[in-house]
Amino acid sequence: MAKYTFKDFKSDQEIRWCPGCGDFSVLAALQRTLPVVCEEKGIDKDKIVVVSGIGCSSRLPYYMDTYGFHSIHGRATAIATGIKVANPDLCVWQVSGDGDALAIGGNHFIHAIRRNIDINLMLFNNRIYGMTKGQYSPTSRLGTVTKTSPYGTVEPPFNPGSLVLGAKGTFFARSIDTELALNQEIMLAASRHHGTAVMEFLTNCMIFNNGSHAEISAKDVKADRTIVLRDGEKMIFGKDRNKGIMLDGWKLKVVTIGEDGVTEDDILTHDSHSDNLGLQTMLAEMRWPEFPVALGVIRQVPAQTYEDEVARQVEEVSAKARIHDMDSLLVSGSTWEQK
Amino acid sequence: MQHKVIDAKDVVIRFAGDSGDGMQLTGTLFANLSAIYGNGLSTFPDYPAEIRAPKGTVAGVSGFQVHIGSGKVNTPGDFCDMLVAMNPAALKANAKWLKRNATVLVNEDAFDDMGLDKAGFKGNPFEELHIEDRNIIIAPITKLTEESLKDSGLDIASIHKCKNMFTLGMACFIYNRPLDYVYTYLEGRFRKKHPEMIEPNRKVVNDGYNYASNIQAVADTYTIVPEAKEKGIYRNITGNQALAWGLMAASEKSGLPLFCGSYPITPATAILEELAIHKNLGVKTMQTEDEIAGICSAIGASFAGSLAVTTTSGPGLSLKSEALGLAVMTELPLVVVDVQRAGPCTGMPTKTEQTDLNEALYGRNGESPVVVMAAHSPANCFDAAFNAAKIALEHMTPVLLLSEGFLGNGSEPWKIPSMSDYPVIRPRIAKADGTKFQPFRRDEKTLARDWAPAGTPGLEHRVGGLEKTHSGVLSTDPDNHALMVAERAEKVARVAEAIPDLVIDGPESGDVLLVGWGGTMGHILTAAEELRSRGINVSRVHFDYINPLPKNTREVLSGFKKIIVCELNSGQFEAYLRSCFPEFEYIGCDKVQGQVFLVRDIIGAVAPELLKEQED
Repeated sequence: MAKYTFKDFKSDQEIRWCPGCGDFSVLAALQRTLPVVCEEKGIDKDKIVVVSGIGCSSRLPYYMDTYGFHSIHGRATAIATGIKVANPDLCVWQVSGDGDALAIGGNHFIHAIRRNIDINLMLFNNRIYGMTKGQYSPTSRLGTVTKTSPYGTVEPPFNPGSLVLGAKGTFFARSIDTELALNQEIMLAASRHHGTAVMEFLTNCMIFNNGSHAEISAKDVKADRTIVLRDGEKMIFGKDRNKGIMLDGWKLKVVTIGEDGVTEDDILTHDSHSDNLGLQTMLAEMRWPEFPVALGVIRQVPAQTYEDEVARQVEEVSAKARIHDMDSLLVSGSTWEQK
Repeated sequence: MQHKVIDAKDVVIRFAGDSGDGMQLTGTLFANLSAIYGNGLSTFPDYPAEIRAPKGTVAGVSGFQVHIGSGKVNTPGDFCDMLVAMNPAALKANAKWLKRNATVLVNEDAFDDMGLDKAGFKGNPFEELHIEDRNIIIAPITKLTEESLKDSGLDIASIHKCKNMFTLGMACFIYNRPLDYVYTYLEGRFRKKHPEMIEPNRKVVNDGYNYASNIQAVADTYTIVPEAKEKGIYRNITGNQALAWGLMAASEKSGLPLFCGSYPITPATAILEELAIHKNLGVKTMQTEDEIAGICSAIGASFAGSLAVTTTSGPGLSLKSEALGLAVMTELPLVVVDVQRAGPCTGMPTKTEQTDLNEALYGRNGESPVVVMAAHSPANCFDAAFNAAKIALEHMTPVLLLSEGFLGNGSEPWKIPSMSDYPVIRPRIAKADGTKFQPFRRDEKTLARDWAPAGTPGLEHRVGGLEKTHSGVLSTDPDNHALMVAERAEKVARVAEAIPDLVIDGPESGDVLLVGWGGTMGHILTAAEELRSRGINVSRVHFDYINPLPKNTREVLSGFKKIIVCELNSGQFEAYLRSCFPEFEYIGCDKVQGQVFLVRDIIGAVAPELLKEQED
């Protein structure tokens, strides 16, 4: 097994994203994570496959020196599923934008999650259609003015986390394009997870939706408006590390430690491994300004995977069967002989 | 009582009843026991799309026609010698298919006021249908079944479900069929879950058989003595089963695992169901969330090195169009099976047609040629599927295999082949040679590219829907695009080198050439034989390969004054031939009724005067 560095995952293709595009940094994080993935899994890079649909982010496979499939709009999940079922030894990474995964490919997206096929699904969410030059997407905020919504959108957006957890997804993580370290951290967690691992990257489109995440990601406000969830750690955030999340009846609320008798003990401790879909959904749905936006791995729970079950049935049925070749099958059952 | 036993060369029997009456099973059992008895046969299930259509109505009638003969039988038969009608609606729906001297067996108990009213009869149904001169057997089948099973301990609903077995018993007596097969079938069907049903069913079949032997109305019985057939082991097989097995055979002969991603759709579903059984042969099946995921998962499996297949029918093929273009562009091997049904749109899902040819040939954006093939009989679906897979794997192209509802659901006896009769399939698997892998570098002879399944050490590369150069680099260069378009077309065209020439049935030149493709072969063949027997010289040619056409097509067509193209659409293949060979004149013999040809349809297109003679 070879030892790799990030350079081994760079292809010779010229990267054609716009200068300043958020996709660059997610690509860099992936190229930095895969050497670790290969080492951990004990695989060579020919076992890595990167699959995408259509859109700006879906160009990513061309920039990776691995097996790659740049497919058609919305269908990356279905293609990735076929690849993984056909050869479970492959380590499959999918790249889709918010339009690719949640609009035209919404059906495949939820069904992959339902089946829990072991793929790592990177959802690049810039809340806009970039490649077609600026139309609203299913994650654009209500009222967003775009070329196809000149008076503002009149349809509420999806929160990808709600969709994943609503489909009883086994893994959901969120990060921001520029968070190189956190991105590598969640990519590695996704790689270790056996099942559909959805990672939402809030990416910035410089050209058509510049600053769409700035209200939470700008340097001066990030600490107060986001919270990085880590297992075993208290849900504490803020520049002064004095704010926290606690349960108030059936709901979450933001509190200040030291005020109104709140102590650190009252603050929730994160546990992505517990099968607590209700709490994890509430965390995934936290929105600024009422809440900080949750980053990091929000949920990762074990469950059987689709490709394992398919392979298990093939194995079990084969072990019990008397027929193992076509000639035996052809003469099995109801036949007669003409003498 | 004594019956006259008539030796018949062939007979056509149609079992018809309510869609819950079990007529498909009765017909299938009758066909299978006839096959084992040694007869040639062809079957044609004709059923409504509704699982239980309104009881007693003409719309809810389910029919199963079986044509049995001494020797090989090529069609399910135009008209029937015997009609079994389990209720008035079944009689009404099928009376038009009766021969002049036909026998009609009806269940008297269903011919009450309500039954007659539901079928829209006002008085005597036989008179209203002008069939009172046929040999009509009126038997109280429901009551006799109740009587037969009164001590069985079964409840009345279960007893009524057995009445199709009483009918089967009667038919077996009239056509001198041995009952052993039926008994064996009942054993197998009920042994595990409902052993208590074996004996009652046996008894009903037997009582039906004895009843028929005792009544006056059954004047004559028939034997259809099997002719000596080619020696070997035979089985009866439907087209959908044969197609699934052909794909599995190709998997074995190529050494590649079989993957099928499909979404259930009538009348193709049985292929997915059949493949799902055979995990013991390493088959992986996926019932996907939709048609698009069916083909896309298959394309993914192909990229990962499987023999990849998706199966569907017309509406599903429409949904797969874009992804089929992706398979064209990525030049990955893929078999797409379309079991055609009557369209457009949802159309008539359970009825047969050949109306997807244009879609198969042209139904994609851009210039995206695929190999198009067609199966010509239920058993031939095995070879057709095997060959489709072989071409896909050896020429690195998607292959669209057209079947038809009539072939998929129909069955015929099949002499079981040995796998040693089939060629080895050699997929173009690339080997690392230290140089950078160029995914679209082509073989000089076939123009096929090499296949480096994901996971192959040292051959990492990217494919996708965007135009690329031979080395796999994205390109919008005008000359490169023109080159790649031409090469993809030429690659498909050169498949002609790998397929057999057309074989003419009859003289190589003459006045009339009957041309067909797909599931119409049996009908055209029978029509040609009948025409010749009546002094009209015709030749016949049948196309299993549509794109590309066999190399000798022009030569074959050039030998005839009149080229009659017979197909179950409005002339799609005729128009295709005209576009390929505009120098010839073509005449269409078309039918778009959701029904198979009648032999007389084709005879009428050649020599209408013969039909007139027949009527006189």
